[in-house]
Amino acid sequence: MIKKIVFYLGNPDNAGRLRRLLYITLAIIVLADFLVPRGDHAVFFWDKIPGWGALYGFISCVLIILLSKFLGHQGGLMKKEDYYD
Amino acid sequence: MIEWFHPAIFFIFGAFLIPFLKGRVQQAYLVLMPALALIDVASMSQGTYWIFHFLGNDVIFGKVDKLSLVFAYVFTIMAFIGMVYALHLDDPGQHMAAYFYVGSSLGVVFACDYFTLFIFWEIMAFASAYLVFAKGGKGAVSAGFRYILIHITGGVLLLGGIIIHYKATGSMIFGPIEHDGSLAFYLILTGFILNAAVPPLNAWLTDAYPNATVTGAVFMSAFTTKTAVYVLVRAFPGTELLVVLGVVMALYGVVYAVMENDCRRLLAYHIVSQVGYMVAGVGMGTEMSLNGSVSHAFAHILYKGLLFMGAGAVVYMTGIRKLTKLGGLYKTMPITFVLYMVGAFAISAFPLFSGFVSKSMVVAASQHDHRAVVTLLLTLASSGTFISLGLKLPYYMFFAKDSGIRVKEPPKNMLLAMGIAAFLCIAIGVFPGQLYSLLPHPVHFEPYTAEHITGTLGILMFTLLGFILLLKRLDPEPTISVDTDWFYRMGVRAFMWFINNSAARIGAKINRAAFDVLPSSLSKISRNPLSVSLLAIVYARLKITQLYDSLREQSSNRTDGLAELKSRVKHLRMMSESVYDEDIQRRPIGIWVLLSFILIFFYALIYMIFI
Repeated sequence: MIKKIVFYLGNPDNAGRLRRLLYITLAIIVLADFLVPRGDHAVFFWDKIPGWGALYGFISCVLIILLSKFLGHQGGLMKKEDYYD
Repeated sequence: MIEWFHPAIFFIFGAFLIPFLKGRVQQAYLVLMPALALIDVASMSQGTYWIFHFLGNDVIFGKVDKLSLVFAYVFTIMAFIGMVYALHLDDPGQHMAAYFYVGSSLGVVFACDYFTLFIFWEIMAFASAYLVFAKGGKGAVSAGFRYILIHITGGVLLLGGIIIHYKATGSMIFGPIEHDGSLAFYLILTGFILNAAVPPLNAWLTDAYPNATVTGAVFMSAFTTKTAVYVLVRAFPGTELLVVLGVVMALYGVVYAVMENDCRRLLAYHIVSQVGYMVAGVGMGTEMSLNGSVSHAFAHILYKGLLFMGAGAVVYMTGIRKLTKLGGLYKTMPITFVLYMVGAFAISAFPLFSGFVSKSMVVAASQHDHRAVVTLLLTLASSGTFISLGLKLPYYMFFAKDSGIRVKEPPKNMLLAMGIAAFLCIAIGVFPGQLYSLLPHPVHFEPYTAEHITGTLGILMFTLLGFILLLKRLDPEPTISVDTDWFYRMGVRAFMWFINNSAARIGAKINRAAFDVLPSSLSKISRNPLSVSLLAIVYARLKITQLYDSLREQSSNRTDGLAELKSRVKHLRMMSESVYDEDIQRRPIGIWVLLSFILIFFYALIYMIFI
């Protein structure tokens, strides 16, 4: 059973279907975030914004990848494998 | 009935029996000791035990309270899992090192005074270093030496701090340290945060762990940094500096992990990142944040162990560490993949997994403390965790471009150990109450609220979206990343260059002067010591006369005098070259003997009068 799911995930033929499934899931998550009751323990202003998590998660992801690779390439942190030899 | 039995005994003394056991008996023994230790920990009641008087101080081995107990629980559980994972290994040396390592960690956790703490702290460093050396090969041995040197340095700082603290307070009891900004405060703090791998003192971890043995790295991922978290919780709660350092750590690990190509080094960077949450929690110092740190340490040991086991299984089966050379392994290692993913979901804090109930407590504590920037940055880092461990590593290892490598699943004991850890990761996530009841302070935190779930899922799933969109940029590259170990690795090279060149030249000069020029001139002088003083006098006279003549008009009658002086210098030079002859130089010797006697006489006179 688990093996079947793993093989399904790995099969390139299913990529399109998986992608559609992802988009639907993303839509549901954002929608759900609009519907959930917001308790009175919101501390910061963004705690009250529906969909904040989605937005911040996406920004974080892009920021981290671009910043890290920038530091690695332009910042000179990534070196050839024999650098210390 | 024994009042209390130190669980470290099972490991530290138990280790000596390992080499005498063979085959199945040894395997049974290896898992039996952690199991007994776990039962021992579970049956303990709080209190202070095993107080000995030593060198005028109390040495206390057993401080049992909620804080030490929760760490003892997870250490013994992890020791059990780690031993199961290492069962296939027929290497008593490694098993013994692992036992000493676990035992000394437990020793630190129950230590109530600095002396006990320090002793176990050092055993821990040496035992764990063996797990790096055991892998063999140039890379591992040099990494092991760097590891042990850094830890010895940290140990010396800690010892210095302890001694100053003892001189100032007169107490060796280990407890909260007053935030007085004294030297002792900072030395002890530095010793502790070095083991917690706080940047810039983090490079030992990411250098050594990927170079350790497959099974050794599993132990290493659990104990050193988490004992450091324990001592920080005990001694430094509410140290504001730790909040800053913790947040820096959380991001530092994330950024480096994106650049990394070595799968276990990538995992090691996420130890740095995750321990950052714990360190920040300690720094905030509220009941909730300390609970968060402790529960996150508990959860972290299990899921990070699981991740190291998963990546270790791949390294063990393929012999390859680099993501650029892996890919497509899902076809033959689906179970390893699934178990790894449980750990990945746990560290990424997906709902129903352990990270969700522990990491969020630290973030919520910072929220309650009205720390906006800290909250935002820690949340940012959690997105980064999912990118590297939940997406990048499994994608490039198990899927992506097929590397054509076809290896089987790892040995059954490895899968079993991963299974136990995966089960616990989910169990903690689904039933957090059990873990919460172990925490040092009462818990007023409910992780499963609707908005927390949708918010977390939003962050994680949109991270996934970003990952898919930027996938090409994230391809691992065959590089290594330069960390703060650059300073000592290159620093040592510069130092060696200096030694081999500049210093060696100076040394050669000193050598020549001391062993060549000086002895030969001494031997020349000693051949005829008296001529030296005469020569000096006549030579000086000659020089003065020459100078005098050059300043004044040269007169003919002085030329004879000059010539005479010149001939005397020449004569004396020759005399000093020749061997001493008592018939020629009897008079001067007599004078010197006389002078010596006069000196001794006056010395005796002064001695008699004044003393």
